Amino acid sequence: MGFASTLLVIVLLLNFFMLGASRVRAVINGSAMQGVVLGLLAVSVHAHLDLEIVLIALVAGLVKGLLIPRMLMKAMRGGAIRREVEPLVGFMPSLLLCAVTTGGALVFSSTLPLAPQHAGSLLVPTSLATVLAGFLLLITRRKAITQVVGYLVLENGIYVMGLMLLEAMPFLVEVGVLLDLFVAIFVMGIIINHINREFSSLDTSRLTALREE
Amino acid sequence: MLLALILVTPALAGLAFALPSGKDRAWLLPLGGALNLFLALAAIFFDAAPAAEGWLALDPLGKLFLGFGAVLFALLSIYAPAYLHLRAERPNRVMVACLLVFPGITNAVLLSHHLGLMWVALEASTLATAPMIYFNRNARSLEAVWKYLLIGSVGIALALLGSLFLAYAELHENLVASLRLEDLERIAPSLSRPWLRTAFVLTFIGYGTKMGLAPMHTWKPDAYGEAPGLVGALLAGSMTSCAFLAVLRFFHLCVAAGEAAFARELMVGFGLLSMGVAAAFMVKQHDYKRLLAYSSVEHMGILVLGMGLGGNATFGSLLHLLNNGMTKGVLFLSAANIHRAYATKSVEETRGALRLVPWSASLFLLGFIAITGSPPFGPFVSEFTILEVAVREGRYVVTALFLTFLLIIFVGMSSTVLSVVQGKPPAHLERPHRQESFLLLAPIVIFLACSLGLGLYLPPPLEALLREAAGVGVP
Repeated sequence: MGFASTLLVIVLLLNFFMLGASRVRAVINGSAMQGVVLGLLAVSVHAHLDLEIVLIALVAGLVKGLLIPRMLMKAMRGGAIRREVEPLVGFMPSLLLCAVTTGGALVFSSTLPLAPQHAGSLLVPTSLATVLAGFLLLITRRKAITQVVGYLVLENGIYVMGLMLLEAMPFLVEVGVLLDLFVAIFVMGIIINHINREFSSLDTSRLTALREE
Repeated sequence: MLLALILVTPALAGLAFALPSGKDRAWLLPLGGALNLFLALAAIFFDAAPAAEGWLALDPLGKLFLGFGAVLFALLSIYAPAYLHLRAERPNRVMVACLLVFPGITNAVLLSHHLGLMWVALEASTLATAPMIYFNRNARSLEAVWKYLLIGSVGIALALLGSLFLAYAELHENLVASLRLEDLERIAPSLSRPWLRTAFVLTFIGYGTKMGLAPMHTWKPDAYGEAPGLVGALLAGSMTSCAFLAVLRFFHLCVAAGEAAFARELMVGFGLLSMGVAAAFMVKQHDYKRLLAYSSVEHMGILVLGMGLGGNATFGSLLHLLNNGMTKGVLFLSAANIHRAYATKSVEETRGALRLVPWSASLFLLGFIAITGSPPFGPFVSEFTILEVAVREGRYVVTALFLTFLLIIFVGMSSTVLSVVQGKPPAHLERPHRQESFLLLAPIVIFLACSLGLGLYLPPPLEALLREAAGVGVP
């Protein structure tokens, strides 16, 4: 469990890194790192390795760590944006919020009983904390790309939870998760391109025509 | 049979994608609508056998939702070719294909007895509807579709997390880890309680987002406001009902596990909150399509409120699902006809619709009377059923809030609707001739007839199905 716990701590630290980074490139790189770590995690939390688990780890690492980040980088270059200027909540406050939600996730998950084979594992608190960090990223940033990364981080949190169930759940559902994630991000990518063309910018704060007066 | 329900219309969508002519393509829609309706009715009457190793099955609840969705889509598919003909300047390849894929996906949601498969299908429905919202290809519809996708995807992601929590509730008690409904209901009493409760909260919020319950409703006014009326009716009637069924599946697990009280309180709370938020935004609403979106938020609130109250209100809630869907069909389609005649959704510039587009405006007015719960229309009966249970069970705070919100909504909605239909149309607008063709009106009239019919007379087979689905006998 030692190696797995280290990886989970890295996942948590990457949450903080992404919420504190001002450069969009750094945020995307953070999510790519997280994707790679999650791929390693799938291998390390399971005592006996079989082909299925290695395959899932490989696919997760490739999609989350390479494919999606590359797509986002391409969209970023197309939109010629570098920095998240003026997020809705500043970088320091969002780091503080992340600390609060991570603490909350730790407290809440201590009320959930764990099966013997997962005793002492950090999987549940990491999962919840990562979901909340993704949610924070999503609601406090203005750039469409950073919002997509937020969604990606949220999905990463869910994936960590899925790891606890990898042996028990059918392969189909797990692959469905990855496939779905990829398709969702792909569709968002297309829309990002449209936003780019329509507004000549990727700043969702321009998307304010629709609201109550 | 069940597999055909999922595969036939997407196959037509493939054909639609291949067809070069936009005009021919649009006529695939009524064909798909009729085929889908025929298959659905056949499956309902002949009790189609489970398929795909029990992952797909048809239970009473599924029958009700399946029949409802098929009727709704069939009526909308009659309207579609005439509408697309009026909008011939826009390429309709993607629109027609997405519209045809949609019933296949929603049927998959309604038929799946495996929570993982149901989740995948619901996510797919989000993706399939996004291009339809973006049909007008302008900055405003782009903004709407971005919010729709982002908020919808987050909701769906939370629902997935909830489903995983449910699976862990099995794993923790060393039960067989299966997300098939039959297995889950059998072992429900021995599931780990803390995990089950968290799972219900997460899935309720997740699928509630797809339903458009407050405070996760923020995508709704934008999406319904910018999408063509046809798509609005499809989302408000069919897609929200799929999400509602997903909520019900998890709710029934809670009931089977003996956690009903906890789940019911949550549903009553969110139901009232949705009604309250809708009421607040419907007063002085300047955009009549957004008004309909908030009305949808209100009625989704009524649905979960009825479920939360339990007993005969469950029956009322399911009946209200049908009433709301049919009446929303009237409102969205007639509003779309008015919108085309005026080319604006703003109430300030839309006056005297009764003179400019008399048929559509009359239907819009009647739809408003129906949706606000006036007798003899269907929504009155179902809302009254729910209210009666609230009174009989001594839930006086719930009753008072329910009635207050209904009153505020009636007043707020009437001021907007009346100012649209009454008065003198702006001088520069001429009475359009092609805007009110037979095919653009007939489906609305049928929708209205359904809404009225459900209020006057509930056919015994339908009532039996509703009672069976609600799990309540004759009171």
